[in-house]
Amino acid sequence: MSRANKQSKSLLENALIKVVSEKLSLIALIIVVIYFSVALLTSMGVLASNWGLEIGSSYGPPSFDAVKNIFGLDIFGRSVLLKTIKATETAVVIGVVVSMISIIIGTSLGMLAGYFGGLVDELIVWFYTTFSSIPGVMLLVAIAFILGKGTFTVFLSLGLTSWVGLCRIVRAEVMKHKEREYIQAANAIGATHTQKLVKHILPNISHLLIINFTQTFDSAVKAEVVLSFLGLGVVGRPSWGTMIDDSKLELARGVWWQLAAATVAMFFIVLAFNILGDALRDALDPKLKGK
Amino acid sequence: MNLYAYIIRRLLYVIPVLLGVCLVIFVLFNLVAPDPAYTLLGKHATPQQIAELHHELGMDRPFLVQYLDTVKTAFTFNFGYSWTSKQNIWEMIKAGAGPSLSITGPLFIISNIVAISLALLVAFYRGKLIDKFVLILSIAGMSIPSLAVVLFGQWFFAYKLGMFEISGYEHGFPQFIPYVILPVILYTFISFGGDTRFYRTVILDEAYQDYVRTARSKGLSEMVVMFKHVLKNSMIPILTQIIIQIPSLILGLLFAESFFSIPGLGAMTINAINTSDFPVIKAMTIMSAVGFILFGVLTDVLYTVVDPRLKLK
Repeated sequence: MSRANKQSKSLLENALIKVVSEKLSLIALIIVVIYFSVALLTSMGVLASNWGLEIGSSYGPPSFDAVKNIFGLDIFGRSVLLKTIKATETAVVIGVVVSMISIIIGTSLGMLAGYFGGLVDELIVWFYTTFSSIPGVMLLVAIAFILGKGTFTVFLSLGLTSWVGLCRIVRAEVMKHKEREYIQAANAIGATHTQKLVKHILPNISHLLIINFTQTFDSAVKAEVVLSFLGLGVVGRPSWGTMIDDSKLELARGVWWQLAAATVAMFFIVLAFNILGDALRDALDPKLKGK
Repeated sequence: MNLYAYIIRRLLYVIPVLLGVCLVIFVLFNLVAPDPAYTLLGKHATPQQIAELHHELGMDRPFLVQYLDTVKTAFTFNFGYSWTSKQNIWEMIKAGAGPSLSITGPLFIISNIVAISLALLVAFYRGKLIDKFVLILSIAGMSIPSLAVVLFGQWFFAYKLGMFEISGYEHGFPQFIPYVILPVILYTFISFGGDTRFYRTVILDEAYQDYVRTARSKGLSEMVVMFKHVLKNSMIPILTQIIIQIPSLILGLLFAESFFSIPGLGAMTINAINTSDFPVIKAMTIMSAVGFILFGVLTDVLYTVVDPRLKLK
């Protein structure tokens, strides 16, 4: 294992220790772990596997008779609690897949631009300037509208609209790293471009990807609501976005529980990722320390 | 390099970016998008009808010609006609701009005043309890889905309490006010978290500079240091952030306009999505991108004019 690898690991370890040692970020981390566990258990069928079951009358209000009823029932008499849990899986999958798409595009383009410079750099800078010149909402709406309704659309439209920020930072950082001594040393022993980029530079900028993950996860979960509102959201499984969107017809009839359940569920994961992202940035990016 | 050369270079860079934006829009709407024949002619169209439609829409021409057509649209704003209402799209945009601006204009002013004053307040008391309180409140505010805020706000304040108009709009200056109060309040709430946090960071960036320490060590009061030194220097990023918001004002508010039945551009966009009205969505995308690019240049140029420290490259 190369030295760069060891160093980056200890940086991450240090960051984790810092995050855990502070009360607020520790709570945020625990909340994130809980949500991810719920999502995992749901996808394995342990939790909320019978969310689609009719368990009572349409729009039954919340009651404490059974755990399933504490958030009331929806239009088809399904438990809103189980739907909210099932939707957690949807949200986590969207957050993770979208972040992955954004990280893959942003990192690879940013690294190529920063490392090779010249014409490659100019092309990539032009490409992301172009992308960021179309207002985010309009681009998201246009891509989603053209690809049509469905889960695939949600992944792709959100992924394609969220990589520019990371690409910019990675490009700037790689530009600095390629002049460093460890790259000169790698040059001296005849390392190829791929080896230098993937084995040496990538571990040294990995903290940027982690910080970006927390941000993209948050914005993806929030943007899913926008897509659902436009009728371009996920199909065939509950999501917080569709639950919030459904409630626009329910509120006038006094049915507030579906809106409340989805909003509260979304609030805590977005809040936790926000706090965790800040804590990670403080811990991983020494330049920003003390602010 | 002198200032004028920089400005001219920056203006020239608009050309490749604008061509790129047109390329993205062309790829999306002319290459990836499904055949509009289904939307326009229905399921039972004959091959001849489809061919006629393709000819009518110019889809049988070479791709390069179609791309140049998109580029031309970005300069002339001649967007053609809506598929559903058959109206001229530019006329539709002109009609919708007023109602949109009647919400986004006041919102722009109020939300920035709220966020900047709050940011100044917490920067003044940085590290103290009130700073932490406002910071947590901001992050909490950012974590509530905006659609939920609009839905709940409309239901609770307008429907339940009857404090505001539930929906509707009247054209003309004083008449529109009762209809936009609630949307403006709700969107100020939606945006205050992110804005306050951003402005706070900007102001604190300055508050830890060396010259601030010098000012303090000269024995200047905290008030003078904050308002005379820090605020003055953090004005540049603050103004940049404010200017960059301007082109999005014209886009209107996607959620609020359709919920409050305000006939603006946000509602028009939503309507176009629901009715698969391709030309309208394409027009809105082109128009907003052109606005973004122009204001981006304006910001950059202003930045270099007001900040002599900035290196021109």
